[in-house]
Amino acid sequence: MTAMAKEKLIFNLVRGVTYFVVIVVGYLLFDIFIKGIPTISWSFLTELPRRSGAEGGIYPAIVGTIYLVSGAIIFALPLGMASAIYLSEYASQGRLNRTIRLAIITLAGVPSIVFGLFGLGLFVLFFGFGASILAGSLTLAFMILPTIIVSSEEALQAVPMGLREASLALGATKWQTVYTNVLPYALPGMFTGSILGIGRAAGETAPILLTVAAFFLPRLPKSIFDQVMALPYHLYVLATQHPDTEKVLPMQYGTALVLIVIVVFFNLTAIILRNHYRKKIQW
Amino acid sequence: MNTWRDKVIYTILVGSASTSIFIVLLIFFFLGKEALPFINDPGFSGLFNLRWIPVSFNKEIFGLIPLITGSVLVTLLATILMIPFGVLGAIYIAEIATGRERSFLKPFIEILAGIPSVVIGFFGLVVLSPIIKDIFGLSTGLTAITGAILLALMAVPTVITVSEDAIQSVPGAYREASLALGANRLQTIFRIIVPAALPGIIAAIMLGMGRVIGETMAVLMVTGNAAKITFNPFDSVRTMTATIAAEMGEVAFGSHHYQALFWVGIFLLIMTFFINLIAQQVLKKYQMR
Repeated sequence: MTAMAKEKLIFNLVRGVTYFVVIVVGYLLFDIFIKGIPTISWSFLTELPRRSGAEGGIYPAIVGTIYLVSGAIIFALPLGMASAIYLSEYASQGRLNRTIRLAIITLAGVPSIVFGLFGLGLFVLFFGFGASILAGSLTLAFMILPTIIVSSEEALQAVPMGLREASLALGATKWQTVYTNVLPYALPGMFTGSILGIGRAAGETAPILLTVAAFFLPRLPKSIFDQVMALPYHLYVLATQHPDTEKVLPMQYGTALVLIVIVVFFNLTAIILRNHYRKKIQW
Repeated sequence: MNTWRDKVIYTILVGSASTSIFIVLLIFFFLGKEALPFINDPGFSGLFNLRWIPVSFNKEIFGLIPLITGSVLVTLLATILMIPFGVLGAIYIAEIATGRERSFLKPFIEILAGIPSVVIGFFGLVVLSPIIKDIFGLSTGLTAITGAILLALMAVPTVITVSEDAIQSVPGAYREASLALGANRLQTIFRIIVPAALPGIIAAIMLGMGRVIGETMAVLMVTGNAAKITFNPFDSVRTMTATIAAEMGEVAFGSHHYQALFWVGIFLLIMTFFINLIAQQVLKKYQMR
């Protein structure tokens, strides 16, 4: 075999392996889309579930997920953005900086079920919030914090040094410089990070399993101390805990489709926004 | 005036950034707080029993060994599966794909990374496990290998992204020198670029493994959850994560079973902590991030 033929053969092999992953994922999305679509209707999205999820809709699960994700973002976004500003603009190469970075890496690697245990120990039991929206949101907030910090810092780092130097040279203080010359250019990128965080929080099941989720609760929550249903947990329950899982298969596919549409929507938005700003801002 | 305001803001920013440290300490503290009473009664050595029988009329046994071997088996299988797809995928995207292909493949990989694990688990339950059952003629499709395939799929984005960064960070001069000496692209990729990027690729695989060990929902749904010591990929296994998720809802707070589940969490936390730490050190040492 000539060297060129060998190169071509192996490149095609590598291409095949890569596209095999694409095909598997494509099939997964296609399968859920095709089998989920017949279930989707206005009543499926806006009605309360009946007969432990075998009939009716998934409205409380959608609302529950929205509450949990909003709560998580309210806690995690300010904290994450402030952390990123410190790390990118203020921190010197000292011990504190190194420890913070180690902590962020550690947090990013903590398994989601361990976050659940932690939320159970701290929020549900120690603070006495009980299984509630508040406990679940806080747990999810801690989980998505590293995502928000890392992408916010990346956005801040992308702002050229010259903008900071010019501002400082004109006598502005550090914060004036950051506030007027760095943040305005970094904000779109920082929000991209939060959108990725939203996508992650919406799809997580393990942490809310232990801190908030209700098996079957066909009503809407009244306060942040209430339990709620949530889409990923609802899908888990329908698929594995329901007495007649075969019969509720259409409901499972419908729930999976709604969940995947929400998550993919947020992820795509983040990707498109990021690419847009990377292209648009030419320094 | 301005210096005063600057100081306040600085304090707020330092405080916010330090919360990450605080949270990590809190995680260790609260896991320890719930788990520690187990040491006095029924005793630490009970965790090293070979059986996990949390509910029993006679004597409950909280041996973590079958759960740990379950996690290890699934993780090793998933690692074997994710290496070819993750590493070759990264090589393809970084070195072989055209610009247009890349602008499609990269977002696609990010979408895959974002698919919730419960959806992957659901797909595994209704689509993959019947296929596994038929192909291998098993009595059930809920096996270690079923979980490993799903986990590999979930870890592939991590492996691709980090490996691709490592490949991109190989200096362009290496490539140019190799091509100038008459090597073709194939030789350049596999004898120059990949060896140079190898530490980063290994770190990528480790990060993927860290994700696999900690994954909960997919394994809970498709591995069958039998707590036994086995190294047969076609057996049902119960992983550490699945045990916590499945049993925590039914235990009495403060019971031995409850404490033992927190021990499972502590072991899990320590394992993922060291895997991630080593991977990050490798990346840092070779400046691949």
